[in-house]
Amino acid sequence: MTVVERREVALVDLLDRLLAGGVVITGDITLRIADVDLVRIDLNALISSVNENVPSPWRDLS
Amino acid sequence: MTALRYVYAVCRPLAAPLQAELTGVAGAPAKLLHHHGLIAVVSQVPERDFAEEPLRAHLEDLDWLAATARGHQQVIDALTAVTTPLPLRLATVFRDDSGVRVMIEEREEVFLRTLDRLEGRVEWGVKVYVEPTGQEESAGPDRPAPKPASGRDYLRQRRVKAREHEDTWQRAERFAGRLHSLLSEHAEAARLHAPQNSALSKASGQNVLNAAYLVPRAKSEEFVEIVDRTKGEEPGMRVELTGPWAAYSFVEPAAAEGTHVAEGTQAAEGTHTAEGTHTAEGAGSAAGEGS
Repeated sequence: MTVVERREVALVDLLDRLLAGGVVITGDITLRIADVDLVRIDLNALISSVNENVPSPWRDLS
Repeated sequence: MTALRYVYAVCRPLAAPLQAELTGVAGAPAKLLHHHGLIAVVSQVPERDFAEEPLRAHLEDLDWLAATARGHQQVIDALTAVTTPLPLRLATVFRDDSGVRVMIEEREEVFLRTLDRLEGRVEWGVKVYVEPTGQEESAGPDRPAPKPASGRDYLRQRRVKAREHEDTWQRAERFAGRLHSLLSEHAEAARLHAPQNSALSKASGQNVLNAAYLVPRAKSEEFVEIVDRTKGEEPGMRVELTGPWAAYSFVEPAAAEGTHVAEGTQAAEGTHTAEGTHTAEGAGSAAGEGS
């Protein structure tokens, strides 16, 4: 199998797949899709607030 | 402490065992739960973090979300090395093993059909960025703007800059559209994700294409070469490849996804790019029939 640059996967690429992809199953506790979409919105809000005043928490992660 | 069951993926029974030390979310070991000729890959996770209330709160915590996403991905990656997993969305949690078994029974047929469709295939991610040109500042690095001699000069310089900017976007749209059509021809399915916010990705430049392609493993090398050849093809455009991923973006049969992908397109500066991508030759299929 082809090996591309095996650096750590960027969190955004991962979230694109884990929050917008994958099989959606209503488990016993699974949040429904609408809720996950809400998470995305909250993320965006968080990010814009991060931009304005706080150093980004993302720096440590990537 | 009560333990819940976090499910990463459903697959057919593995030919090779999972690595013994494999851990997933919350550092918990990943185990196999066999049922009806399928397996669920599962971790026991603490109720204090994964019950509905705490989970909802945690999902708004970037650090927690990042750690959990990486734990999830670690298990999916390990599975991808030995089989074709059907990855579940982040944070799919059941009370106990019997809840997981019931879920498998209820969806057995769909799981089997989807596993057949995805068997031996992986997902590749391709992104196109328009590199920052420095045009927004008064002088680009390559071409210091001459001081305008008159008001008319000044206006002309502004027009030239505006035109250059316009040209860049049009070129970006055409390039992204062409690339997407080309890659779609070499893939079994394609799906457009919303362009990434650069505040989130920390990537330089504006993301104008964020696509996923479903490609048989056997054809992956060829696919990667095609992508590599387009790197540096168009000045000012950067092409990035990620993968191979488990087929996260292709667990649903084609269609349906198109609409919310299109509207997911970044609001602000992204808008005219997004429209353009539709109209560029052949790329209409991009947004519309994406997957």
